[in-house]
Amino acid sequence: MASYSTSEFRGGLKIMLDGDPCAIIENEFVKPGKGQAFNRVKIRNLLTGRVIERTFKSNESVEAADVMDTEMQYLYSDGEFWHFMHPETYEQVTAGAAALGDGAKWLKEQDACQVTLWNGEPISVTPPNHVTLVVTQTDPGVRGDTSSGGNKPATLETGAVIRVPLFIEIDDVLRVDTRTGEYVSRVKE
Amino acid sequence: MTTEATDWRPGASLDVLQLRAGMLSDIRDFFRRRRVMEVTTPLMSAAGATEPNLESYRVLPPHASGPHSYLQTSPEFPMKRLLAAGAGSIYQICPVFRCGESGSRHNPEFTMIEWYRPGLDLDQLMIELIDLLAALLPKHRMRGPAVRIPYQDLFKTHLGLDPLSASGAELQACARERGLGTVAGLDATDRDAWLDLLISHCIEPHLDSSIPTFVHGYPASQAALACLDPDDPRLARRFELYLGGMELANGYHELADANELAARFARDNGTRRKRGLSPVPVDLRLLAAVSDGLPDCVGVALGFDRLVMLAADLETVDQAMAFSMPRA
Repeated sequence: MASYSTSEFRGGLKIMLDGDPCAIIENEFVKPGKGQAFNRVKIRNLLTGRVIERTFKSNESVEAADVMDTEMQYLYSDGEFWHFMHPETYEQVTAGAAALGDGAKWLKEQDACQVTLWNGEPISVTPPNHVTLVVTQTDPGVRGDTSSGGNKPATLETGAVIRVPLFIEIDDVLRVDTRTGEYVSRVKE
Repeated sequence: MTTEATDWRPGASLDVLQLRAGMLSDIRDFFRRRRVMEVTTPLMSAAGATEPNLESYRVLPPHASGPHSYLQTSPEFPMKRLLAAGAGSIYQICPVFRCGESGSRHNPEFTMIEWYRPGLDLDQLMIELIDLLAALLPKHRMRGPAVRIPYQDLFKTHLGLDPLSASGAELQACARERGLGTVAGLDATDRDAWLDLLISHCIEPHLDSSIPTFVHGYPASQAALACLDPDDPRLARRFELYLGGMELANGYHELADANELAARFARDNGTRRKRGLSPVPVDLRLLAAVSDGLPDCVGVALGFDRLVMLAADLETVDQAMAFSMPRA
């Protein structure tokens, strides 16, 4: 089993901690001049997303986590699972709701997503930063109505609801930033 | 910190390098006025520091199967031989090397200011150290007067426990209460390591960063090369100076008993073996010098690069030196 010494710790390194795969965010070397050296490490648990701090005695070894970020194509959802395919090997993986989290609402079939695999199983899926989606439902905008700050809700083809400008109509195609969940622009068909 | 192989530029700005040069010259002026002699001793020697928490780099001659040399972790041993030879008050500004110590406040190679004062006591040395810092640092970095607090009181005040009597399990419980429950690799019986964990994680961050704070009266188990307090042999005559949230200097009333010194080296090497570290050859010339007579003296080592960090308000030691390890 591969392992890392604390002297190899750096941001991005994937290690196993208490049985969960984690990513190192920050590593600080702490040592009283004549005393024992420690590494104080900020770590993100890749299953829960929680960030914790942990101190290691320097030169301890920690088991490496077999975690890989892979670009995969989203195929479809059967309601319970989401199916992805590797574009070159055509290998398919199935992710559950926990791995998708909030990102599920942006996924459109055929979009390329970043799938994080741990021991070959997907543990998280990051949708593309920008997606292009069709508006399926929105009320007609009333020009001059500024009470709502000049925007209104719109439902997109994936079910996501976002705030859009008043001129947006049903069947418009929108570009959306999935990181903020915000409308970017209307796309000309 | 990682840098590209072609990133050739210094980590410190030219302004900081200018400041560094000025500080070095001010330090030399300071000691010249006090009639402390500058000395130069070898960086590389056949013997090394036995301290279990310091790792020396080993240097091998090319094509040779002979014994390796050690890069110094401090100039202490040869300087003490000069003291035994009657050199009087001496100082040195030199590179020291500590394998594996890398971080925002650590670089494996750094510059040490180390000086020895025969005839002075630790109180006088603390005053001299503050005088030197006052000559080097901008006023707002150091609000006086310096605070002196015994190691034991520091733990009682901040953590409510007695570092001299608390058991390993009690120290561990105290760390757990403060969110440091699991520390991979730390043995419950290693009291000193738990004390180091508590002082560095739970006490140091709470010291006022602009007031120079001397922690003194270290537990005898952390005496290093300081003599024990004849009035209370549970304590060592050793101090550490904290300023700017960093440990800046480490001072001793120097141990002058050759037998005790030899016993500490042997104990260190025993600890090294237990931890799976190679023992380090003991400096027999130092032992011979001390048994011929080391004058009663105090000595202190001050990290120069951290002083530059303080003087220039820098976040990392990389910004305080031309080329830190990742750029070297």
